[in-house]
Amino acid sequence: MKHDIAGVFGASLRRKMVLQLLVVAACLAVLLYFTIRSTADQAAEATQDAILGAATTSIAEQLRGTEDGVEIDLAYATFSMLGAIGQDRLFYRIDISGETVTGYDDLPLPDDPPTSLAASFYTRDYLDAELRIAAVARSMVVAGRSVPVLVLVGQTRMGQAVIADRLANRAALLGLGFFVLAVPLSLLSAGSVFNPINRLAEAVGRRGPRDLRPVRHPAPRELAPLIGALNGFVARLRGALAQTETFIAEAAHHIRTPLSTVRTQAEIALRQSESEETRTRLRAIIRAVEESARSASQLLDHAMVLYRSDQLEAEDVDLVELARHVARAFGPTAELKELSLHLQGDDAPLMTRGDRLLIESALRNLVDNAIKYSPPESEVVIALSQAAGMAVVEVRDQGRGLSGATMPQLAARFSRGGNVADVVGSGLGLTIVTEVAAALGGAFRLTPRDGGGTCASLSLPQR
Amino acid sequence: MRQLVIATALILGLAQAALGFEIEDERRFGPETAPEFSVLSTTDTAIFAPIIQAFLADRPGIALRYVVASSQEVFRAIREEQAPFDLVISSAMDLQMKLANDGFAGPFTLEFATSVPEWAHWRDRLFGFALEPVVLLASRKAMAGLEMPRTRRDLIDLLRANPERFNGRIATYDPHVSGAGYLFATQDARQTDAFWRLAEVMGRLNARLYCCSGEMINDLEAGKIALAYNVVGSYAATRLPQAPDIEMIELEDFTVALLRTGFVPRNAKSAALGAELLNFMLSPEGQAVGGGVVPPLDQAALRPHLRPIRLDPGLLVYLDRIKRMNFLGEWDAAMTQP
Repeated sequence: MKHDIAGVFGASLRRKMVLQLLVVAACLAVLLYFTIRSTADQAAEATQDAILGAATTSIAEQLRGTEDGVEIDLAYATFSMLGAIGQDRLFYRIDISGETVTGYDDLPLPDDPPTSLAASFYTRDYLDAELRIAAVARSMVVAGRSVPVLVLVGQTRMGQAVIADRLANRAALLGLGFFVLAVPLSLLSAGSVFNPINRLAEAVGRRGPRDLRPVRHPAPRELAPLIGALNGFVARLRGALAQTETFIAEAAHHIRTPLSTVRTQAEIALRQSESEETRTRLRAIIRAVEESARSASQLLDHAMVLYRSDQLEAEDVDLVELARHVARAFGPTAELKELSLHLQGDDAPLMTRGDRLLIESALRNLVDNAIKYSPPESEVVIALSQAAGMAVVEVRDQGRGLSGATMPQLAARFSRGGNVADVVGSGLGLTIVTEVAAALGGAFRLTPRDGGGTCASLSLPQR
Repeated sequence: MRQLVIATALILGLAQAALGFEIEDERRFGPETAPEFSVLSTTDTAIFAPIIQAFLADRPGIALRYVVASSQEVFRAIREEQAPFDLVISSAMDLQMKLANDGFAGPFTLEFATSVPEWAHWRDRLFGFALEPVVLLASRKAMAGLEMPRTRRDLIDLLRANPERFNGRIATYDPHVSGAGYLFATQDARQTDAFWRLAEVMGRLNARLYCCSGEMINDLEAGKIALAYNVVGSYAATRLPQAPDIEMIELEDFTVALLRTGFVPRNAKSAALGAELLNFMLSPEGQAVGGGVVPPLDQAALRPHLRPIRLDPGLLVYLDRIKRMNFLGEWDAAMTQP
């Protein structure tokens, strides 16, 4: 049964959820990496630009116009400082009136000449390397005339690249760490999400076969529709069952009443009849009616057992007293067959907890069976004892035994042993006993006795 | 036969033309038939030979062509002629720095991570392998009766107090001619204003200007001069044992220390061998071999008056043509006094 259900299961929700969480984590990790990387890049570039700009401006400010030209004094410290961060390559160019007076005269010029003293920055390829160039423009008075001056300082950005790479490595590690941390966390969180479902399934699975109470297990709000549907289904099932049992009980009742009338009338007719042929027929009728009445009665019992075991009304029951009561009730029947029916065991109360009517019905069925299948002038014993916390009622007869039939076979509804065709019976008796035992948490066992006969043993939890 | 001679002459002529720059010395180390790699250097063959021999001792299948040229010629050879050398060694740090900055040096993998301090290399391109103090040499005979100067201030006072003794008898590099001399002078000027006072004093005493350390030492030995200012220490050190009259003084106010640097050119044919030799010079083994003649890097920490010239773009400043013109103008003004 379980395999069939497993077969129709689709992909695991848990796996799907873990996978989705991991995908989200991976996206976040990658995002983190790129964010850190670009921020670090920008920060490093801004810092380098600031230094480069300051150096360029400082060189421009050290230019002095004189009567016969421009005095240029490059500061050692300025250049020295520019190399400090990443030991980058350094290029410069000083143009006066559009002519290069010193430095690298092919250093690329900016697209738009800067207008203020503030440095403008641009990136160009020069001598096989990418240069970040700062340009500062100013004008000076040379020999009484104003001349424009342009100062360019260019620097490779290998130092910046090294810093950025280092930061990027760290960012990558961070992202990786984040992702690695996300793996167990998402497993954990998927577990915690699906735990209530597992617990609910467990709680439902633990229920007995006849437990049709609505599910009241605490569960997350998201499971409410599932529980609602389950409970609706259980309610419908219970309703259908109750209806069936009620119908059977009603039917049995409605059959039993007219049957007793038929029996009474048939007995009267038997007594008044003179014809032996008629008497024989009447006896057959009576026998058939008896059989039907017994079946109806057992159907009623069975329905009652099913109904009551659904809604157990537990009370303390003394098995000794109950057994005595049943023995007394069956006394006349036993005498009729000249059977000796007696109790065995202490007189001290043997207490169990359960539905008195159910237990009595089970006992009645056992004793009834024993009397039915015992030969005349034999002995039926109701033995009461206790073993391992269980109260045990054994009904022993010296009847025809089980003739090899197994317990489950005999306990099935409307099933009877193979050696009982001559005895009136419905095949419900042992079913009832088994169901009572199950409903009360006990056990029922049929065992053949040495030297013929059967021992029917019903054990119930002792109080 | 004649054709062969002409052909040989032609080939030789072409070979000469290929080496358009002026070389001072050329020598081949190692077996005749072995494949060779070439080193262009400013360091005299005699001084560098122990290192080369130690290097080749472990590598019997290799030969090395060692070409010596002045620092300006080394610079010109690499920059203008792209001469195919596998390692370029020079004491002119500024020119080396400029070559590296302008992209003539290829990347180099240092095998001895411990040996090169931060200030002694630029990126993975240019590496200092020897630290050379720039010293004052004095003739004991000429200084008889006078106390040896310990600082530049002492030196200035000494010269001022004894003009007749030192007139025409002070030597230093001509920064117009010598790249190293220009570097030392500019570094001195960076360090202290006293440099210009010293220059003026030397100018007034008709200082003699030289192209090279070697000649200054020669003249000092010969008694033609009394003091030689800014001489490369290692050159002096090799000569001192034969010249008991010469005293080497490291001035205590500061002594500029020069880095002898090497790089593997970008267009090197046997870059791996060039790098191997540079790595050998930076290795503990190589530093030990050089220790006698090429002072190792690690002495800077031990001697507080040493001011190593850092390998950084600041070196480019004095190579600026206007800056150079201005500096040499001032120098000339100091040297030629009415």
